[in-house]
Amino acid sequence: MNDDRAPQLSPWADACVAAALVAVDPHGVGGALVRALPGPVRDRWLDLLRSLLPPALPLRRLPAHVTDDRLLGGLDLAATLQAGRPVAERGLLAEADGGIVLMAMAERATPSSIAHLGAALDRGEVILERDGLAMRLLARIGVVAFDEGVADDERAAPALADRLGFHLDLHRITVRDAIDLELDPETVAMARERLREVTLADDVIEALCGASLALGIASVRAAILALRVARAAAALDGREAVEAADAALAARLVLAPRATQLPFVESDEPPADDDTPDDPPDDQEGEEQEAQPEEVQRLEDMVLAAAAAAIPEGLLAMLRLESLRRSGRSAGTAGAFQASKLRGRPLGTRRGLPRAGARLNLVETLRAAAPWQPLRRQERPRPVQRVEVRQDDFRVTRFKQRTESTAIFAVDASGSSALHRLAEAKGAVELLLADCYVRRDRVSVLAFRGALAELVLPPTRSLARAKRTLGGIPGGGGTPIATAIDTARDLADQVRRAGQTPVVVLLTDGRANVARDGTGGRAQAHADAMRSARSIGETGIMCLVIDTSAKPEPKARELADAMGAHYLALPRADAAMLSAAVRSTGVLEGRR
Amino acid sequence: MALAFPFSAIVGQDEMKLALLIAAVDPSVGGVLVFGDRGTGKSTAVRALAALLPVMKVVNGCRYNCDPNAPASQCAQDCTARQGDHAVKGHKAPVPVVDLPLGATEDRVVGALDLERALTQGEKAFEPGLLARAHRGFLYIDEVNLLEDHLVDLLLDVAASGENVVEREGVSIRHPARFVLIGSGNPEEGELRPQLLDRFGLSVEVKTPTDLKTRIEVVRRRDAFERDPEAFLEHWKRQDAKVRRKLEKAKDHLADVRVDDHALTRAAELCMALGTDGLRGELTLIRAARALASLEGAEAVEDAHLQRVAAPALRHRLRRNPLDDSGSTTRVERAVEELFAA
Repeated sequence: MNDDRAPQLSPWADACVAAALVAVDPHGVGGALVRALPGPVRDRWLDLLRSLLPPALPLRRLPAHVTDDRLLGGLDLAATLQAGRPVAERGLLAEADGGIVLMAMAERATPSSIAHLGAALDRGEVILERDGLAMRLLARIGVVAFDEGVADDERAAPALADRLGFHLDLHRITVRDAIDLELDPETVAMARERLREVTLADDVIEALCGASLALGIASVRAAILALRVARAAAALDGREAVEAADAALAARLVLAPRATQLPFVESDEPPADDDTPDDPPDDQEGEEQEAQPEEVQRLEDMVLAAAAAAIPEGLLAMLRLESLRRSGRSAGTAGAFQASKLRGRPLGTRRGLPRAGARLNLVETLRAAAPWQPLRRQERPRPVQRVEVRQDDFRVTRFKQRTESTAIFAVDASGSSALHRLAEAKGAVELLLADCYVRRDRVSVLAFRGALAELVLPPTRSLARAKRTLGGIPGGGGTPIATAIDTARDLADQVRRAGQTPVVVLLTDGRANVARDGTGGRAQAHADAMRSARSIGETGIMCLVIDTSAKPEPKARELADAMGAHYLALPRADAAMLSAAVRSTGVLEGRR
Repeated sequence: MALAFPFSAIVGQDEMKLALLIAAVDPSVGGVLVFGDRGTGKSTAVRALAALLPVMKVVNGCRYNCDPNAPASQCAQDCTARQGDHAVKGHKAPVPVVDLPLGATEDRVVGALDLERALTQGEKAFEPGLLARAHRGFLYIDEVNLLEDHLVDLLLDVAASGENVVEREGVSIRHPARFVLIGSGNPEEGELRPQLLDRFGLSVEVKTPTDLKTRIEVVRRRDAFERDPEAFLEHWKRQDAKVRRKLEKAKDHLADVRVDDHALTRAAELCMALGTDGLRGELTLIRAARALASLEGAEAVEDAHLQRVAAPALRHRLRRNPLDDSGSTTRVERAVEELFAA
């Protein structure tokens, strides 16, 4: 047992230990966020978890588009009709009490499912206020969420990730690595019994808190989860007290994946695992280490070193990129993929048959039938104890459809757009944002410069996030219009698939000088840009080109024509004018 | 039911705790919005408050939490009238703190035809919803920014009129529903409709503590609570009782706190300097300052009280200026500094 855990840094071994710890205390450690595509490795991991979890505990699968009534519970139709009184049906969360809820495609889960899972994870119960029922049910669940995102910013909602102890990445593990480890259900069962008794010294709390701060983890929840993991680890190892090794394990499994900065590890004390990939040469010391006793300091260093060693290579580079994208500290990338289907606002119900498209509203139907029951029973030759529902009792729900629109701003941040122009464009985008925000539309921003078009702001409704992002867009470099248009088109496609209406607003001076393959040369760049423009034109996506050059630029006009876009020349554009102009075209309001 | 974490054991987050206490002292302040990072104890604080509130008197058998001392009953049951000429009998009940969970359906919020009685007895009876339960207490909405729009509309209407009017499936009923709205959420996940934002009297921003000692203390207490909730509650009982007494005293004392012209002028000047729309800002500012003065046992509202509640009372009422990067908190603080320095 001990051999599997301590020195090995193999991701697969870590994942297996995590599975065992989840099985020991599902609700305590919250569960695991597993980034992996469906495949043998993931299956093997899940099989392991299933085999370790005591058979009495439920493991329930949660479909990506589960409805609220199945998740939380609601009225049980069949039983209600049988019994002649409302009978409640427990939802998935309550059914999984004590066990694990398994969620595939977590990155596509709707914000409302995420919120419900979060509430159950926080409180261990479900509060039901639906269909005339009011109940509180125990739901001490752990959640295993499979994040099948491929793109970098396709991730499970931060609100969920924050509450799950383990963040595992199985992407890189090959089937050959995924060997069976010696973990058996008996050990887990014994650990479960021992868990309540495991004691924990104060210095472990201090070490884990210190480590989480040094790694730049904003949420306090991480430290709390790490603590519970350390406790479960001690139990799993058959000990009654949490030791340094357990704390180090918790730091490695819980804290390291959440790190947003590398800690400054003093080099004279070799970390527990001697080949730490890259310690930054910085010798600036954290400021918060004055009054701590030596003992704690050593434990904290050890814990920190364990975490630092587990931070994946390349994280630093990734983090730098992130900080370019946004200057904020705890930004999530959730908003984007919470593209829930707005079911529209229920307009009430009306009499009607549940035919195609119309949804039967069960509760209303029963309510309509209710007053007639005594009469109908009398009509019958033999009285029956059942609710009689007739055709004209049927009620269907009417929805008011409201398609959301998403404005995609592609902003030219290249050197040819003078710097102040970029500032004006940012200003205009912010004004438009404020406007979109009032109408509850979503906005998204692409910035293009050099050879790249980068999605700096995934579709969001949050003004706060948008503003923070815009502030951090750097300027300068070439003008890759072709790439910009292609990226905008891909994003618009994605938006359309989510059932929303995209509008692309391209702010540029139209002078492309970087071709699609990233090489320079005006002629090729322009030809590429025109080709991209025509291809987006063919898709019928609504576009708007705003020419930001000092004199109206024929090339921008050409582009606009090829895209089938509205064209606006705004030479001395100031932010207010720009936003007024965009609004006046009615493009954004166009398809409401 | 799960035990609530004790209010006095919450580390830091003083502004949030103060705002909640102010709303408990004077419900007319109009609700608290708590916006901030994940894992900062937003919901913990609200649930802790519920365990702390003093009791209130409720008319016996009234399903709408009517006050026996109120001159006349307005509730749908007509509970005061029904008890004839005798003095209205009441009993002590905890102040309700009602959860409005995400995913609640409209019928549970406003109330609807009682399905059970309708099905079994063929009777048309009204089953009160969450709004009736929250009357004279608190209505708590976690993740308020994710609440479905049609529920938001409904809440706005009821919060404005103090009355819930139900017209559905043949039931026609009105009953009083005055409650303190408490909302919490994370701005990263979406913002609040301006109309709903305006409904909240106070708005608090909570941030993750960044200093090590505070964080250790948070984790340590949380851990102690989870290990042995009963012992932990026992340990904090006296502190909680102290807060409760302070709260009770402040409620009784509230009417005696003087608000003189000087304070009114100051409040008006502050709102003008910040250019807040309407008069709600001034009103909230004065009420919150008065509640704070009462909590501190002061005789009259002083500048110091105004200064402390200025940010929570006003920061969400400033006109949005997307081009101004400085947050609204800074703007309020700046204005306060300028005004009170003079």
